[in-house]
Amino acid sequence: MQAVTDNVFKALADPTRRAIFEHLARDGEQTVHALTGRAGVSQPAVSKHLTVLKRAKLVRHRHEGRETHYSALPQALGPMVDWLDIYGAFWRNRLDRLEDLLNRMDK
Amino acid sequence: MTDATSTTAQTRTLVIDREMPHPPEKIWRALTDGPLMEEWLMTNDFKPMVGHRFTFRATPVPGWSGIIECEVLVVEPPSMLSYSWGTLGIGTAVTFTLTPTESGTHLRFEQSGFGPGQDQNYKGAKYGWTNFLGKLDHVVERLD
Repeated sequence: MQAVTDNVFKALADPTRRAIFEHLARDGEQTVHALTGRAGVSQPAVSKHLTVLKRAKLVRHRHEGRETHYSALPQALGPMVDWLDIYGAFWRNRLDRLEDLLNRMDK
Repeated sequence: MTDATSTTAQTRTLVIDREMPHPPEKIWRALTDGPLMEEWLMTNDFKPMVGHRFTFRATPVPGWSGIIECEVLVVEPPSMLSYSWGTLGIGTAVTFTLTPTESGTHLRFEQSGFGPGQDQNYKGAKYGWTNFLGKLDHVVERLD
Protein backbone atom coordinates (compact mmCIF):
# COMPACT_ATOMS: atom_id res chain seq x y z
CA MET A 1 0.00 0.00 0.00
CA GLN A 2 2.86 2.33 0.85
CA ALA A 3 4.34 1.75 -2.65
CA VAL A 4 1.05 2.79 -4.22
CA THR A 5 0.94 5.95 -2.10
CA ASP A 6 4.52 6.77 -3.13
CA ASN A 7 3.54 6.31 -6.79
CA VAL A 8 0.60 8.66 -6.34
CA PHE A 9 2.80 11.35 -4.79
CA LYS A 10 5.48 10.96 -7.48
CA ALA A 11 2.93 11.01 -10.28
CA LEU A 12 1.34 14.23 -9.05
CA ALA A 13 4.63 15.94 -8.19
CA ASP A 14 5.08 16.84 -11.89
CA PRO A 15 3.04 19.89 -12.97
CA THR A 16 2.35 18.60 -16.50
CA ARG A 17 1.06 15.30 -15.11
CA ARG A 18 -0.98 17.14 -12.52
CA ALA A 19 -2.54 19.24 -15.29
CA ILE A 20 -3.35 16.12 -17.34
CA PHE A 21 -4.91 14.44 -14.31
CA GLU A 22 -6.94 17.56 -13.51
CA HIS A 23 -8.22 17.79 -17.10
CA LEU A 24 -9.34 14.18 -16.98
CA ALA A 25 -10.89 14.51 -13.53
CA ARG A 26 -12.76 17.67 -14.49
CA ASP A 27 -13.76 17.02 -18.10
CA GLY A 28 -14.08 13.23 -18.21
CA GLU A 29 -12.65 10.73 -20.68
CA GLN A 30 -10.36 12.05 -23.43
CA THR A 31 -8.14 10.71 -26.20
CA VAL A 32 -4.36 11.10 -26.20
CA HIS A 33 -4.79 13.45 -29.16
CA ALA A 34 -7.13 15.75 -27.27
CA LEU A 35 -4.85 15.73 -24.23
CA THR A 36 -1.81 16.54 -26.39
CA GLY A 37 -3.61 19.57 -27.78
CA ARG A 38 -4.05 20.97 -24.28
CA ALA A 39 -0.85 19.87 -22.57
CA GLY A 40 1.55 21.92 -24.68
CA VAL A 41 4.00 19.03 -25.04
CA SER A 42 4.53 16.37 -27.73
CA GLN A 43 2.34 13.28 -28.00
CA PRO A 44 5.15 10.88 -26.96
CA ALA A 45 5.69 13.04 -23.86
CA VAL A 46 1.97 12.93 -23.05
CA SER A 47 1.96 9.15 -23.49
CA LYS A 48 4.91 8.88 -21.11
CA HIS A 49 3.11 10.98 -18.49
CA LEU A 50 -0.02 8.86 -18.90
CA THR A 51 2.03 5.72 -18.26
CA VAL A 52 3.22 7.16 -14.93
CA LEU A 53 -0.34 8.14 -13.99
CA LYS A 54 -1.52 4.64 -14.96
CA ARG A 55 1.13 3.04 -12.73
CA ALA A 56 -0.18 5.10 -9.81
CA LYS A 57 -3.70 3.92 -10.71
CA LEU A 58 -4.75 7.54 -11.15
CA VAL A 59 -6.01 6.94 -14.71
CA ARG A 60 -7.27 4.01 -16.76
CA HIS A 61 -7.48 3.56 -20.50
CA ARG A 62 -9.48 1.71 -23.12
CA HIS A 63 -8.90 1.24 -26.83
CA GLU A 64 -11.52 2.22 -29.36
CA GLY A 65 -10.49 1.80 -32.97
CA ARG A 66 -7.09 3.43 -33.34
CA GLU A 67 -7.62 5.82 -30.45
CA THR A 68 -6.80 5.26 -26.78
CA HIS A 69 -9.21 6.93 -24.37
CA TYR A 70 -8.07 7.89 -20.88
CA SER A 71 -10.17 8.66 -17.81
CA ALA A 72 -9.32 9.69 -14.24
CA LEU A 73 -9.64 7.45 -11.19
CA PRO A 74 -9.74 10.08 -8.44
CA GLN A 75 -10.36 7.40 -5.78
CA ALA A 76 -6.63 6.63 -6.09
CA LEU A 77 -6.13 9.78 -4.03
CA GLY A 78 -7.85 8.00 -1.15
CA PRO A 79 -4.71 6.50 0.43
CA MET A 80 -3.40 10.00 1.07
CA VAL A 81 -6.43 10.97 3.07
CA ASP A 82 -5.53 11.46 6.72
CA TRP A 83 -7.51 9.79 9.50
CA LEU A 84 -8.01 13.20 11.16
CA ASP A 85 -9.76 14.50 8.04
CA ILE A 86 -11.92 11.41 7.82
CA TYR A 87 -12.91 11.44 11.47
CA GLY A 88 -13.28 15.23 11.43
CA ALA A 89 -15.97 14.95 8.75
CA PHE A 90 -17.48 11.88 10.42
CA TRP A 91 -17.83 13.39 13.91
CA ARG A 92 -19.01 16.80 12.70
CA ASN A 93 -21.81 14.99 10.88
CA ARG A 94 -22.58 12.85 13.94
CA LEU A 95 -22.60 15.85 16.30
CA ASP A 96 -25.04 17.58 13.90
CA ARG A 97 -27.25 14.51 14.27
CA LEU A 98 -26.83 14.64 18.06
CA GLU A 99 -28.05 18.25 18.03
CA ASP A 100 -31.05 17.29 15.88
CA LEU A 101 -31.86 14.53 18.36
CA LEU A 102 -31.53 16.91 21.34
CA ASN A 103 -33.95 19.32 19.66
CA ARG A 104 -36.47 16.48 19.34
CA MET A 105 -36.08 15.26 22.95
CA ASP A 106 -38.47 16.57 25.63
CA LYS A 107 -36.04 17.57 28.35
CA MET B 1 -17.79 26.47 16.83
CA THR B 2 -14.08 25.83 16.49
CA ASP B 3 -12.36 22.70 15.31
CA ALA B 4 -8.73 21.94 15.85
CA THR B 5 -6.21 19.23 15.38
CA SER B 6 -2.93 18.94 17.16
CA THR B 7 0.03 16.72 16.48
CA THR B 8 2.80 15.80 18.85
CA ALA B 9 5.43 13.07 18.80
CA GLN B 10 3.20 10.92 20.99
CA THR B 11 -0.37 11.35 19.87
CA ARG B 12 -2.61 13.11 17.41
CA THR B 13 -5.85 14.63 18.62
CA LEU B 14 -9.00 15.78 16.87
CA VAL B 15 -10.96 18.40 18.85
CA ILE B 16 -14.47 19.68 18.08
CA ASP B 17 -16.18 22.25 20.32
CA ARG B 18 -19.93 22.89 20.26
CA GLU B 19 -22.19 25.21 22.23
CA MET B 20 -25.55 23.51 22.80
CA PRO B 21 -28.71 25.16 24.17
CA HIS B 22 -29.51 22.13 26.34
CA PRO B 23 -28.67 21.22 29.94
CA PRO B 24 -25.75 18.78 30.48
CA GLU B 25 -28.09 16.14 31.94
CA LYS B 26 -30.10 15.94 28.72
CA ILE B 27 -26.98 15.71 26.54
CA TRP B 28 -25.62 13.06 28.90
CA ARG B 29 -28.71 10.92 28.22
CA ALA B 30 -28.17 11.17 24.45
CA LEU B 31 -24.51 10.24 24.93
CA THR B 32 -25.08 7.23 27.20
CA ASP B 33 -28.49 5.69 26.39
CA GLY B 34 -27.99 2.87 23.86
CA PRO B 35 -31.15 3.44 21.76
CA LEU B 36 -30.58 7.21 21.75
CA MET B 37 -26.91 6.68 20.77
CA GLU B 38 -28.09 4.55 17.88
CA GLU B 39 -30.21 7.46 16.61
CA TRP B 40 -27.25 9.80 16.15
CA LEU B 41 -24.23 7.50 16.10
CA MET B 42 -24.48 3.75 15.41
CA THR B 43 -26.02 0.45 16.56
CA ASN B 44 -24.35 -0.49 19.85
CA ASP B 45 -24.48 -2.52 23.06
CA PHE B 46 -23.09 0.29 25.21
CA LYS B 47 -23.54 0.39 28.98
CA PRO B 48 -22.32 3.32 31.10
CA MET B 49 -19.99 1.15 33.22
CA VAL B 50 -16.22 1.57 33.33
CA GLY B 51 -14.58 -1.56 31.88
CA HIS B 52 -17.64 -2.57 29.83
CA ARG B 53 -16.60 -3.81 26.38
CA PHE B 54 -18.99 -3.10 23.56
CA THR B 55 -19.17 -2.64 19.80
CA PHE B 56 -20.56 -0.13 17.38
CA ARG B 57 -21.79 -1.78 14.19
CA ALA B 58 -22.25 -0.30 10.75
CA THR B 59 -23.00 -2.10 7.48
CA PRO B 60 -19.78 -3.83 6.34
CA VAL B 61 -18.15 -2.75 3.08
CA PRO B 62 -15.19 -4.31 1.19
CA GLY B 63 -12.09 -3.58 3.25
CA TRP B 64 -14.01 -2.76 6.41
CA SER B 65 -15.95 -5.10 8.73
CA GLY B 66 -18.19 -2.29 9.95
CA ILE B 67 -17.31 -3.21 13.54
CA ILE B 68 -15.77 -0.78 16.01
CA GLU B 69 -14.44 -2.38 19.22
CA CYS B 70 -14.77 -0.23 22.32
CA GLU B 71 -14.25 -0.25 26.06
CA VAL B 72 -15.71 2.27 28.48
CA LEU B 73 -12.87 4.25 30.11
CA VAL B 74 -14.51 7.11 32.05
CA VAL B 75 -18.10 7.65 33.24
CA GLU B 76 -18.58 10.83 35.29
CA PRO B 77 -22.21 11.94 34.91
CA PRO B 78 -22.99 14.46 33.60
CA SER B 79 -19.57 15.88 32.77
CA MET B 80 -17.21 13.33 31.21
CA LEU B 81 -17.56 10.19 29.11
CA SER B 82 -14.69 8.38 27.43
CA TYR B 83 -14.35 5.09 25.56
CA SER B 84 -11.71 3.44 23.43
CA TRP B 85 -12.49 3.19 19.71
CA GLY B 86 -10.68 0.52 17.70
CA THR B 87 -11.20 -0.31 14.06
CA LEU B 88 -9.14 -0.91 10.92
CA GLY B 89 -6.13 -1.80 13.07
CA ILE B 90 -6.09 1.60 14.74
CA GLY B 91 -6.70 2.23 18.43
CA THR B 92 -8.01 5.62 19.47
CA ALA B 93 -10.01 7.01 22.38
CA VAL B 94 -12.97 9.37 22.19
CA THR B 95 -13.88 11.71 25.05
CA PHE B 96 -16.92 13.93 25.56
CA THR B 97 -16.57 16.72 28.12
CA LEU B 98 -19.68 18.70 29.15
CA THR B 99 -19.38 22.06 30.89
CA PRO B 100 -22.51 23.98 31.96
CA THR B 101 -22.83 27.52 30.55
CA GLU B 102 -25.41 30.28 31.04
CA SER B 103 -27.26 29.24 27.90
CA GLY B 104 -26.78 25.49 28.10
CA THR B 105 -23.68 23.36 27.68
CA HIS B 106 -20.26 23.55 26.10
CA LEU B 107 -19.54 20.16 24.58
CA ARG B 108 -15.96 19.30 23.77
CA PHE B 109 -15.37 16.21 21.65
CA GLU B 110 -11.86 14.78 21.40
CA GLN B 111 -10.44 11.77 19.58
CA SER B 112 -6.82 10.90 20.16
CA GLY B 113 -4.54 8.07 19.28
CA PHE B 114 -1.53 6.83 17.42
CA GLY B 115 1.52 6.53 19.57
CA PRO B 116 4.72 6.18 17.52
CA GLY B 117 4.46 2.37 17.65
CA GLN B 118 1.11 2.44 15.89
CA ASP B 119 2.35 4.17 12.77
CA GLN B 120 2.75 0.88 10.92
CA ASN B 121 -0.84 -0.06 11.66
CA TYR B 122 -1.87 3.35 10.47
CA LYS B 123 -0.20 2.85 7.09
CA GLY B 124 -1.53 -0.69 6.75
CA ALA B 125 -5.05 0.44 7.49
CA LYS B 126 -5.17 3.14 4.86
CA TYR B 127 -6.90 0.97 2.28
CA GLY B 128 -9.69 0.22 4.68
CA TRP B 129 -9.94 3.87 5.54
CA THR B 130 -10.65 4.76 1.94
CA ASN B 131 -13.64 2.46 2.06
CA PHE B 132 -14.66 3.79 5.44
CA LEU B 133 -14.71 7.27 3.98
CA GLY B 134 -16.77 6.14 0.98
CA LYS B 135 -19.14 4.40 3.33
CA LEU B 136 -19.60 7.52 5.47
CA ASP B 137 -20.33 9.64 2.41
CA HIS B 138 -22.92 7.08 1.43
CA VAL B 139 -24.54 7.21 4.86
CA VAL B 140 -24.69 10.99 4.82
CA GLU B 141 -26.22 10.99 1.33
CA ARG B 142 -28.93 8.60 2.47
CA LEU B 143 -29.79 10.88 5.37
CA ASP B 144 -30.47 13.85 3.12
